[in-house]
Amino acid sequence: MDLLLSSFEIIARWDVIAALLIGAIGGVVVGGLPGVGAAVAIAIVLPATFALEPIVGITLLLGIYGSSMFGGAIPAILVNTPGTPVNALTTYDGYPMTKRGEARRALSLAYSASFFGAVFSIVALILLAPVLAKVAPMFGAREIFLAAFLGILLVVITHRGQVLAAAMLACLGIFLQTIGIESTAYTQRYTFGQGWLQSGVDLIVVVLGLFAVSQALILFMEKDKDIKLPHVEKVGFFTQMKDLWIYRRIAAVGSAFGVFCGMIPGVGEFMSQFMSYSYAQRTSKTPEMFGKGNPEGIVASEAANNSVPAAAMIPLLALGIPGEELTAMMLAVFYVHNVVPGPQLFSGSMDFIIALYLCLLILNVIVVAFLYFATDTLMKVMLIPNRFLGMMILTFSLIGVYSLRNSLTDVAIASGFGVFGFILKRLDYPTSPIILGIVLGKLMEDRFRTAMARVREPFDFIDRPIAFVLFCMIVVALLIHGYTMFKGAKAKKTAKKEPIHE
Amino acid sequence: MNSQQDEAPHVFPEGRKPGEMVFCILIVALTTFLLLNITSETAWIAGKKLAAQPRFWPALSLGGALFFAALNWWSRAGVSRNPGRWRETFTWIRSLEFIGYYMLYVASISVVGYLLATILFCIGLTLRLGYRRQGVLIATCFALFVVLFFKSALNVKIPGGAIYELAPEGMRYILFRYF
Repeated sequence: MDLLLSSFEIIARWDVIAALLIGAIGGVVVGGLPGVGAAVAIAIVLPATFALEPIVGITLLLGIYGSSMFGGAIPAILVNTPGTPVNALTTYDGYPMTKRGEARRALSLAYSASFFGAVFSIVALILLAPVLAKVAPMFGAREIFLAAFLGILLVVITHRGQVLAAAMLACLGIFLQTIGIESTAYTQRYTFGQGWLQSGVDLIVVVLGLFAVSQALILFMEKDKDIKLPHVEKVGFFTQMKDLWIYRRIAAVGSAFGVFCGMIPGVGEFMSQFMSYSYAQRTSKTPEMFGKGNPEGIVASEAANNSVPAAAMIPLLALGIPGEELTAMMLAVFYVHNVVPGPQLFSGSMDFIIALYLCLLILNVIVVAFLYFATDTLMKVMLIPNRFLGMMILTFSLIGVYSLRNSLTDVAIASGFGVFGFILKRLDYPTSPIILGIVLGKLMEDRFRTAMARVREPFDFIDRPIAFVLFCMIVVALLIHGYTMFKGAKAKKTAKKEPIHE
Repeated sequence: MNSQQDEAPHVFPEGRKPGEMVFCILIVALTTFLLLNITSETAWIAGKKLAAQPRFWPALSLGGALFFAALNWWSRAGVSRNPGRWRETFTWIRSLEFIGYYMLYVASISVVGYLLATILFCIGLTLRLGYRRQGVLIATCFALFVVLFFKSALNVKIPGGAIYELAPEGMRYILFRYF
């Protein structure tokens, strides 16, 4: 009880509440803009929060992170374009429902399922927090190295069909963090004698280039879409929840998948959605309606993806290990605000952790209330032409890059990564492995060096229980991936041999 | 294929995208170049363990990048190809035009100040993108909002312009601090 009270004390301030409001509403608006997304928004706003107190700055960015998926469901359902990549599955059933004239019901189901998923995961985490506080200190250098390696491995192998490209980009990310003067012997690495490379490549500059500048370039090359918005009636909050009650089993299972996948670094929204959607389809009385406007599909997808952000904060806060690009950026947010995630934070500042979870809880209430009143207005942001939006993103991104050090070099580096990200996006290659490579690469290098100082034989590395479990997880992940590849190759061969029946 | 599948968002790539081989070759060339420079660009300290060597992680990461880049090149070479390689490469180069405007915008801030540079950039880019009257008006309002919100209200650190020095003494501080 004391813990809860002291957590409330941390957030019971006008500036924290204001940050929550701005973050929540800003996140929904950004999520509702196809082609922007939370990563771009966080990258842009992050430098503007430097002057704010840690809890205020973190709350603002946490607000954007936690609420963007709510907004992303709107264009997914109404115009068949996901606002954020994780809303892609929502289009499968949301848009057919809109075409049937059930846009109102589809939206209300998406909002209520998202709300349910988010609250489910936050409550689960608050209950889990004391256990985590006990487990987190058991993670030493080798356990953190293995967990980070597992995170990178999972990020790579979950990019089905692009595993080699993802592995290559993750390795490039790890290489990028080695540039500059290293911290043990103070020698230069890949600076080519250039002074501006001595301090290394700044994560925020890379993030802004890869996400914001590249997205602006993508939008510049597209044609403006002629969007026609369907009419959507207003619906009460309790009516929304009543509709969800019919699908409570799917919402609960989807949320549980979200919590489970969110906690494992590198897995995240896509896997949880896939598992939740498959489960819903398998257990449905009308599986043939999936992809044709089945409300269960929307509930499964939205409950699963919205329960991930809070769960993804577990490895981030307890071990300092981000699981995907957004949590990697949140890690940068914490560092910038002098909050160092890791076992010490979890065991020493539990009130701060609970305060963050409370912020997430309040955030979801704000978002649902905002969406109840403002869905009609919010729909209008989708009418902003693509290329004009690109101009806006490019203008905003300058604030993020240039305000860091007022350095033209930073802007040039961000532009370089912008073009690189633009090419990757044009080729449908993932950008998140680079960011995770940069963040986790640094962590892995430091922890590996520390761990190896105490290791005499290779098996010493995994002689502690948690290290051994993590090692087994790595082996199992590799074996499963190998088996899936083998099965896929076999299926392809069989398909080639069999004649095509009309 | 039914209509819903046609309208479904594109999640996983099918076939080889135009320009993919060009990209694969460029990445292999880049990582090879970096690996060839490893002895001159990283240090090897005698007597230190392998894990503590400054060269260890660059070698490991670049080796991995080259290995996977080569494998990716090899695996994509076997996939059916979509035409338009050079058109796609030209699109990549075309993006540099916008990067040029962007760099010009940043460089001009220290001369004309954030306010004027942002207004000129937004209007110029809006015109370049093909929008006219209403678009230009909205772009001007947007530029004003960006400067007033970020520089004037949030005090984001962006330097003032050299032309502000020409302003009368009382105005100079206001211009430097808020615009």
